[in-house]
Amino acid sequence: MNIMDTRATSALLYLDGVHVSFDGFHAINNLSLTLAPGEMRAIIGPNGAGKTTMMDIITGKTKPDQGTVLFDGVTDLTRLDETRIAELGIGRKFQKPTVFESQTIEDNLLLALNVDHSVKGTLFWRETRPETERIERVLETIRLKDARNRLAGSLSHGQKQWLEIGMLLAQDPKLLLVDEPVAGMTDVETHQTAELLKEINKDKTIMVVEHDMTFVRELGVKVTCLHEGTVLAEGTIDQVSSNDRVVEVYLGR
Amino acid sequence: MRTEEAAILPPPPTFCRGRPVVANVFDRLRTLVLSVFLIAAFALPAFAGAFEDAVAKFANDEFSDTEEAIGTIATSGNPLAFPIISALGEDRLSADPDTRKVFITQADGKIIDAATGAAVDKLPDNAASVRLNNRLRRTVEAALGGLTLLSPDPVKRIAAAQSVFKTHDETMLPVVDGALAKETNKAAKQAFAEARAAILLYKQDATDVEKLEAIVAVKARGDQEAMALLTGLGSDQSPAVASAAANATAAIQRTLALWSTVQNAWYGLSLGSVLLLAAIGLAITFGVMGVINMAHGEMVMIGAYTTFVVQETIRTSYPGLFDYSLLIAVPLAFIVAGAIGVLIERTIIRFLYGRPLETLLATWGLSLVLQQAVRTAFGPTNREVGNPSWMSGAFELGQITITYNRLWILCFTLAVFAILLAMLRYTALGLEMRAVTQNRRMAASMGIATSRVDALTFGLGSGIAGIAGVALSQIDNVSPNLGQSYIIDSFMVVVFGGVGNLWGTLVGAFTLGIANKFLEPVAGAVLAKIAILVLIILFIQKRPRGLFALKGRAVEA
Amino acid sequence: MMPHVLTRSLDRSASIFLLVVAALGVLIPLSNLLLPSGSIFQVPTYLVALFGKYVCYAVLALSIDLIWGYCGILSLGHGAFFALGGYAMGMYLMRQIGSRGVYGNPILPDFMVFLNYPKLPWYWHGFDMFWFAALMVLVVPGLLAFCFGWLAFRSRVTGVYLSIITQAMTYALLLAFFRNDFGFGGNNGLTDFKDILGFNVQADGTRAALFLLSCLALIIAFLICRAVVTSKLGKVLIAVRDAESRTRFLGYRVESYKLFVFTLSACMAGVAGALYVPQVGIINPGEFAPGNSIEAVIWVAVGGRGTLIGAALGAIVVNYAKTYFTSGPLAPYWLFMLGALFILVTLLLPKGLIGTFNEWWEPYKARRLSDAAESAAREDGVSEPNPAE
Repeated sequence: MNIMDTRATSALLYLDGVHVSFDGFHAINNLSLTLAPGEMRAIIGPNGAGKTTMMDIITGKTKPDQGTVLFDGVTDLTRLDETRIAELGIGRKFQKPTVFESQTIEDNLLLALNVDHSVKGTLFWRETRPETERIERVLETIRLKDARNRLAGSLSHGQKQWLEIGMLLAQDPKLLLVDEPVAGMTDVETHQTAELLKEINKDKTIMVVEHDMTFVRELGVKVTCLHEGTVLAEGTIDQVSSNDRVVEVYLGR
Repeated sequence: MRTEEAAILPPPPTFCRGRPVVANVFDRLRTLVLSVFLIAAFALPAFAGAFEDAVAKFANDEFSDTEEAIGTIATSGNPLAFPIISALGEDRLSADPDTRKVFITQADGKIIDAATGAAVDKLPDNAASVRLNNRLRRTVEAALGGLTLLSPDPVKRIAAAQSVFKTHDETMLPVVDGALAKETNKAAKQAFAEARAAILLYKQDATDVEKLEAIVAVKARGDQEAMALLTGLGSDQSPAVASAAANATAAIQRTLALWSTVQNAWYGLSLGSVLLLAAIGLAITFGVMGVINMAHGEMVMIGAYTTFVVQETIRTSYPGLFDYSLLIAVPLAFIVAGAIGVLIERTIIRFLYGRPLETLLATWGLSLVLQQAVRTAFGPTNREVGNPSWMSGAFELGQITITYNRLWILCFTLAVFAILLAMLRYTALGLEMRAVTQNRRMAASMGIATSRVDALTFGLGSGIAGIAGVALSQIDNVSPNLGQSYIIDSFMVVVFGGVGNLWGTLVGAFTLGIANKFLEPVAGAVLAKIAILVLIILFIQKRPRGLFALKGRAVEA
Repeated sequence: MMPHVLTRSLDRSASIFLLVVAALGVLIPLSNLLLPSGSIFQVPTYLVALFGKYVCYAVLALSIDLIWGYCGILSLGHGAFFALGGYAMGMYLMRQIGSRGVYGNPILPDFMVFLNYPKLPWYWHGFDMFWFAALMVLVVPGLLAFCFGWLAFRSRVTGVYLSIITQAMTYALLLAFFRNDFGFGGNNGLTDFKDILGFNVQADGTRAALFLLSCLALIIAFLICRAVVTSKLGKVLIAVRDAESRTRFLGYRVESYKLFVFTLSACMAGVAGALYVPQVGIINPGEFAPGNSIEAVIWVAVGGRGTLIGAALGAIVVNYAKTYFTSGPLAPYWLFMLGALFILVTLLLPKGLIGTFNEWWEPYKARRLSDAAESAAREDGVSEPNPAE
């Protein structure tokens, strides 16, 4: 117990004994997982393993039936709503890229900036130099500088993924939850994305959900395999992929 | 008592004359009625000649003579007495001042001589109807009341006894006693006994024993009037009587409370069945397909007009089939409304899937078009849709009255619900519908023609609305606006019950129906309705997806 | 509002729109008052009142567009806020009648005397003062919208659910105002107004002034809406409209935004109603009918939601058509036309007249202004949003 406590305080994200069920279906079953500050973790698992539901729980979209979810060792995330959790510094990229399609790329990033998000603040908002510079930097990072005035809806699927990652950067969170960032990307783009995430990981904690094993391998980080809402295996990609149970789950009985 | 009398004498002139007149009239009435009963009760046939003279007095057209004539005729025991006086009350009595003959125009238009009963071809030219004033009108009513207490028709006797029960006028006691002694009809005997008990209860010089017996009889009756009678009892009673009365009041109160609960529950079930019927089609289109069909009410209206057309055809061509008109109308309404539904889905709604707010606007526009089309074809006024014989009338269950049409609608609604449920569960179409609802793309790739299923589902929802129209035509006005009055309620039911769940709709409809009817006695009909709307608005804030909401990832779809 | 909020909001089409409204607001009353009656340029008084009505509807349309076009909240009960503003003004006008009513009661309006009210209900107090009534025109609809929105948005009632309960709200108010004992004149409503601020409501001069005021209200409402939708708040609103939960995950308190814009919109609708009542001379519960609110939505759809000019023009065009057709031999067919308008606009012209025009015009304009400043381009993103859900 004592050991648990010290771990809980040192971990940036700490999940313990989390359960969620929808109408009798156990989506998350006694899930326990910790993420150290500055860590990058890859989450793999077959469809329906509970990866997205886990992210829903961390970001406050779904309330767990029981279990502990702590951020920074002290904040109980199960009591907070999405807005509050986002303000705490948890950013999320969705499985299906979700950007504001009828607004320009620049506006998308502007909206994501972690500045005053109150009604009054936005009503009387004026562009400031630091903000412009930050947007500039993000545009450069995600290689959309030339497209800044295009509507986000006109971007290709891969570009939307990048824009969404860019929005995460503009949001400047402590923890990034990235759901399937390379789905629909070419090999070159996948490689670039891996590089980008590694770059970001230099000063931020990241949790990536991904099916693409080449990509996960390229990240070269600790891997957690989920199955039926619980942790099946944890370790390096080689350890996990040679685990008998993981093989069984992925390849069928 | 006095204000009550004043209120009954209506128009302002009499009203202004004030109290003395009222009191005066009241005294006179009392004497008159008493004499009528006393004499009539012992059926003295001695006034044969006097009867004709009295009748002739109507020809004088003087209020005082008319009053005298009424008195004489009412006590004559002549079989023509009742027709004459009721004719007088209904302004069908006319007199010829020259020949001094008096005539009755019967309800069927035939004319008879009032004194002899002989038929007459036509009224003389100078015959004028016998006039009444408000005072005489009361005299006429009182005379009729006396005549009916001894009427040969037991139903009329019972009605008269009931009125005596309410007035508990002690001058009536001898008449009631006499009638009671002669009475053979069981129900009438009971009524007279109750009337007698009421009189005794209020009689100043009745003994305690008599009063206690009376209380037992009144308590046995156990309804609102019995209660009024007991609570109206003055405080000057002996302790025994007072406590017996108090006990009896409490007992009646309990029974009444029980019955009023039963009554409200029945009204609630009845309203709930109407709501369910109107909402059930919507539960399919909105709940299963997610389509907001604001023209749903118009489908109900079309069903009602189909019923009207069926009945018109039957009236003109096959009058013998009238009792079967609804049975013919149900499938027809389903087909007509269903076909229109399919047409709407194919031409409008299928272009708007995934855009619920646009669907809402387009179907609202459609509802305007349909309403106006019906208004153009059938006219803006209410059309007459009749009740078949098996749906008319009512029966008594304890102290509540249940009308057959409401009962049939409840049964019909439950039957429709059961059939629909079975259809969704056991038929191929039902299976396909559920598949498309749950995962459209998967269903499509499994070879289900989703667009055909959409059209059929919408047609089914509309067809059921049409069937609802057949039933609602029996209790509501069939007009182009029929649908509009149901649309908001139907949406409330579906939203309250939880979208995508037929059982939720069922529970929602009956909950709202019963809640409404239990609020009505407290708040009044309109306020109850407002309260229900406000409660639903608050409820949706609490549970945005209704009573029986789907949970989990499916919600996002 | 800070000056930069206003200046930023004006682009060319907005300026033209404002100039036209201002010009009409001055010219129509002048022509009515100064030119001899019978002159072809003289606008008859009845037309001034009619146009005044249209302008009020345009303000209502703006208020609906602000929440629907920019924030995706489809209110089917905005007629309720319009009617509440109207009732607040109607109460002031009733109190102004004083002892000139049929029953000559100096305090109680005629209907209260007729219904045997012993004294003025408490909620009628203060309405004899114009400033109080004017305040209530804003406060009552605003407060209702705030309470309603607070409950609805906080529990995330969205989409059609919200539409349906707004409809239930106006329906409940309809039933309530029909009641005689509710204290607002029952189904007859409030009417037989005599004067406003001491001027006879029937007089040509008053009507002209009311028309001018309505145009002024339209200009102010337009400026407020422009300021809101071109600010960063406007971008947040559009973000909420297009991807509500994404906005939440960015750390925006979506319900606060919705509540702000819903309440603002209700206040605007209230003002529109308040200007409407003295010009038509009556307010009755019929204004609460759900059908009215839905009809107002279609004005916005016709003109083009998400374009403020479109909403205002849509209100005027549809209502002009209504007046034109319902007074001619085509009257029985008006409902067919209105119904068809609902269907055709949603099916064939989802962006409305102005939205479709912009779509066709923008690429051309963009080519012409390809080297224009970036800030200008940033505004375009707001002025031609995609009306997808």
